[in-house]
Amino acid sequence: MLEALYALSESRLGPVWGPAVYEVVTSLAFIVAILVPLMGLMAYLTLWERKLIGWIQIRIGPNRVTFFGIPWLGGLAQPVADGIKLLFKEVIFPANANKALFVLAPMLALMPAIAAWAVIPFAPDLVLSDINAGLLYVMALTSMAVYGVIIAGWASNSKYAFLGAMRSAAQMVSYELAMGFALVVVLMVSASLNLSDIVNGQGQGWFASMGLNFLSWNWLPLAPMLLVYFISGIAETNRAPFDVVEGESEIVAGHMVEYSGMTFALFFLAEYLNMLLIATLTVIMFFGGWQAPISSPLLDAVPPTLWLLAKVFVVVSMFLWIRATFPRYRYDQIMRLGWKVFIPLTLVWIVVIGAWMQTPWSLWK
Amino acid sequence: MVNFETVVFYLFAAILLGSALRVITARNPVHAALYLVLAFFTASAIWLLLRAEFLAVTLVLVYVGAVMVLFLFVVMMLDVNLERLRQGFWQYLPLGLAVGALMAAEMAAVLYTRWSGLAARPRALAPDYSNTKELGRLIYTDYAYAFELAAVILLVAIVAAIALTLRRRKDSRSQDPSQQVKARRADRVRLVSMPADKDG
Repeated sequence: MLEALYALSESRLGPVWGPAVYEVVTSLAFIVAILVPLMGLMAYLTLWERKLIGWIQIRIGPNRVTFFGIPWLGGLAQPVADGIKLLFKEVIFPANANKALFVLAPMLALMPAIAAWAVIPFAPDLVLSDINAGLLYVMALTSMAVYGVIIAGWASNSKYAFLGAMRSAAQMVSYELAMGFALVVVLMVSASLNLSDIVNGQGQGWFASMGLNFLSWNWLPLAPMLLVYFISGIAETNRAPFDVVEGESEIVAGHMVEYSGMTFALFFLAEYLNMLLIATLTVIMFFGGWQAPISSPLLDAVPPTLWLLAKVFVVVSMFLWIRATFPRYRYDQIMRLGWKVFIPLTLVWIVVIGAWMQTPWSLWK
Repeated sequence: MVNFETVVFYLFAAILLGSALRVITARNPVHAALYLVLAFFTASAIWLLLRAEFLAVTLVLVYVGAVMVLFLFVVMMLDVNLERLRQGFWQYLPLGLAVGALMAAEMAAVLYTRWSGLAARPRALAPDYSNTKELGRLIYTDYAYAFELAAVILLVAIVAAIALTLRRRKDSRSQDPSQQVKARRADRVRLVSMPADKDG
């Protein structure tokens, strides 16, 4: 079908503009095909978060809003109701706020969270852009997420918001380093920056040849890096227990305090998309992406995308579980954990894995 | 011949020049810093058109993702008085123009010798060609010495920067987290068994 479209575009628009128009149109179609399910996942992630935390705290969680008055669907329409409510609320501009930047900030927060999905492989050949430097691209885009928070804090003309922005700038820049170094170890053992290659590289080895794929995945030999990456991911997305950026008991909601309606919804959307992104990256780097845990005819028959979704679901639920379990970190302890524990640990681990790869017992050949 | 790539190049070039111009003309320093971010980002897009993917992504990662964040942060904290900044504009103008002309001349001298080479687009490369891998190989083989030297200079700069700003105030109190973690219940709480007071 794509070839036919290409031929049509070329015959109608000529050899110069035909391919260009074809590229733009198909890219847009693929982007929509990724974004629409993603937005749905994000909306129901908010519901799952409230439900799961409710159960952990022996509450029921949202159970009222339902579709067509069917009682046993209670709570399932909650994200829809929330979305409609936020859509129709007034966007209030604080006095003396920098209006242009105030509006720009939520967009800047959301843009990297969405754009990073371009290189995520959902199945063996199901990826929008299979570029060589995929891992670098993801790191570059996630490092831009901090702009939304900083600009929001500054443009709001509010002290709470600015304090939140200050905290987040320090926190996100610090944890990005640890995260980057953890990924350096992954790319060392994969010898590739391409995310599909990283996933494929995990499906081979001694255990994988016996059908026990899940023991060949990176989580086992790189367990310390998995820990560093996961914890840094929580800090990077400003989730509890590292959510001093929002810290509702001290600075109300940090950078989001002046935002209302749809502008607030965009920040919310960015936070949950980032959480999904970090979870997906964790699965791709350490848990074999779309691969089935055990190679057997029954499990291999499951579509690879479903495996990816199932793993992402487990990792995202870990995020929520952690939020429900741990009290908020003190700010100086967050900084200490990032700079004095994680970064030295990752630096040492790079040398350890590098040395290991040079020995005859190297697992990655 | 006009093709899609050329159109994209001129679009990005226009954005780059426009934002670079706004960096020096914007009144608000925060706006200027943000325009600089836009300029870096667009420059990285132009590098991508040249198929220098590693350099392009690194530009975003290092300059946009880290350097400009801290820069923006500092600019936001400054209380810039525009009136005072405008003082002495005409006095400094000749010096600024001279420095600008010198820089332009230097860049022209570097580029002039290769001017003819720049017109040709980089040759098409095999699909499995990895710019990153090629750069890594060059840095760690042919240019290993220069690379290590640059790394040492950067390390010295980091140590110097930290040494210059590291000072301990005598009146500030701080906590030692390792001591805090080591604290046990017995260090903090003493349970005392007392006979009940019957008379009240």
